[in-house]
Amino acid sequence: MSFFFEVLVAGLLSGVMYALVALGFVLIFKASGVFNFAQGAMVFFAAATYAGLQQEHHLAAWIALPLALAAMVVLGLAIERVVLRPLVNQPQITLFMATIGLAFFIEGMSQMFWGSTPRGLSVGVEDQPFQWLSDRYNVNVSQFDVFAAVISGILVVLLALFFQRTRIGRALRAVADDHQAALSVGIPLQYIWAIVWAVAGFVALVAGLLWGARNGVGFSLTFTALKALPVLILGGFESIPGAIVGGLIIGASEKIAEVYLGPHVGGGIEGWFAYVIALAFLLVRPEGLFGERHIDRV
Amino acid sequence: MLYREAGQFKTTYAADQQIFPIRQDRIAVLALVFVAFAVVPWVANQYWLSAILIPVLIFSLAALGLNILTGYAGQLSLGTAAFMAVGAFAAYNLDLRVHGLPLPLVLVLAGVFAAAVGAVFGLPSLRIKGFYLAVATLAAQFFIVWALVKFPWFSNDSSSGVITTQKMRLFGKVLDTPAQKYLFTLTVVALLALAAKNMMRSPTGRAFMAVRDMDVAAAVIGIPLMRTKLLAFAISSFYCGVAGALYAYAYLGTVEPEGFTLDLSFRILFMVIIGGMGSILGSFLGAAFIVLVPIGLNVSTQWLNGVLQSGLQWSLPGSLTSNLELMVFGGLIIFFLIVEPHGLARLWQVGKEKLRLWPFPH
Repeated sequence: MSFFFEVLVAGLLSGVMYALVALGFVLIFKASGVFNFAQGAMVFFAAATYAGLQQEHHLAAWIALPLALAAMVVLGLAIERVVLRPLVNQPQITLFMATIGLAFFIEGMSQMFWGSTPRGLSVGVEDQPFQWLSDRYNVNVSQFDVFAAVISGILVVLLALFFQRTRIGRALRAVADDHQAALSVGIPLQYIWAIVWAVAGFVALVAGLLWGARNGVGFSLTFTALKALPVLILGGFESIPGAIVGGLIIGASEKIAEVYLGPHVGGGIEGWFAYVIALAFLLVRPEGLFGERHIDRV
Repeated sequence: MLYREAGQFKTTYAADQQIFPIRQDRIAVLALVFVAFAVVPWVANQYWLSAILIPVLIFSLAALGLNILTGYAGQLSLGTAAFMAVGAFAAYNLDLRVHGLPLPLVLVLAGVFAAAVGAVFGLPSLRIKGFYLAVATLAAQFFIVWALVKFPWFSNDSSSGVITTQKMRLFGKVLDTPAQKYLFTLTVVALLALAAKNMMRSPTGRAFMAVRDMDVAAAVIGIPLMRTKLLAFAISSFYCGVAGALYAYAYLGTVEPEGFTLDLSFRILFMVIIGGMGSILGSFLGAAFIVLVPIGLNVSTQWLNGVLQSGLQWSLPGSLTSNLELMVFGGLIIFFLIVEPHGLARLWQVGKEKLRLWPFPH
């Protein structure tokens, strides 16, 4: 039983990490209707920039962090200006394909700047189990996972406050609701989009640091985005709580399936199991758990 | 002056519905086919045939398949490479386990297998659309590659799923020179392209386009959505499956499931976007473009490196080319989507329109 519990907790905690990446997608989708496939590449770029600044230029963390954040904000603004603004009013699927191109571009760019050899990254918390938990209850829970979950929780609360309590947050929700109506009451659309992309860059940086500290900063970080996609379709593209709940469900069921189902079919099912769960959910609720139901009109 | 259809009158419906209604087009296409079949195999050297022409043809076929699904029927798929893998492994197993099956039949059956798998993974398209569907097709991509690696039966118990294809035999003759492989590939691709061109002009193709433009409206005018969408997935996967079989047999010779990555799927999607969505010609243009760009980049960075080394005693880092390739691909996709969403095929059309008037201003 304690083993099951251990697997469940590990799954839930890694689910929080998925949710963190998914959050970046949701933010942009809510505000601009763009499904940003480049989020994974942005996570990679953020982590590579931070690790590169710290290790190649020997900067202290408190200098490297704001610099990396600045780089992400500039990147977000540049994407908004160069890619999205000319594509306003195009079908969503066109925007999606543009972000696939963007993902390739950012991947190439970050490897060109920071090299393609993977680096280690430390955020000061080791990936070791809590001693007292394993001593007393014989349950291994990684300190790092808990740390990551706490950071993610703080981030979600901050974003929720930002969306609900601030003037800009209100404008963001208005834009998400209806572009035209938002424009007509005088909300500057492009300014809002720029902010959203900058915030998404910030979320990517946090996700990049946590994922980078866990798995190393390398090209494989871009695959975190692929992990976040089933989370999104399960939770619904428009919902921040959906991203969190979806992340938890995917993380837990994936780990449990890997441990209990994996040995029967040869293992390695983590790669696709999440998608199958998400698909099963979609057959019941095509807009995801918390997504908005759209009515088609001719 | 040369490219005018003035004076070409159509007196029958059949003449009016030709694939190429303009005489000059017909002559040009026939000339192109003649050159491709009769001149190129004699003129092109081994490198050109096996490193450029054969892959361009095979990728054209795969891009054509994806174009039917994405460009004509409007269902975005990110699992193209997986359907190619199904075709490749189906062909290998058919050849291995059924004795004396002729090669054309092997290709057709491989395509049919891929079509069946494609139709199964197309089932979610009945409920979901847009990028929900795109994400769902990723399930196909990961699941199929995983299954091909995990179950050794597919690769006849070879380690990590690597297969080395059998020799291609056609009517008792072994096709082993690049020129023979090229001719075989060209024949298959030409036939399938002709079939696709006609299919897209038929009620099937028009139903696809209606579903693409607005599926609710299509359903209202009596197009069966389920059948049309599944058919689009099946036909598209058939083309991808045949392309995958050719990819294994005529191009690489040795393939493994992990060679059919998501990256390959994206590359084929790029061919469709750059070539032109909803255009048969575009699939060919896009495939040629995507195959040639890395080669061009490689040659130009090598040249630049030579110049830099002799002039400044300084050389570019080795990984530059691959990173530059990523950036160029990404940049081009964005560029095309912004500037010319209908791709190279549209540029070609604009060029033809201009040619009709040339040299007069109006």
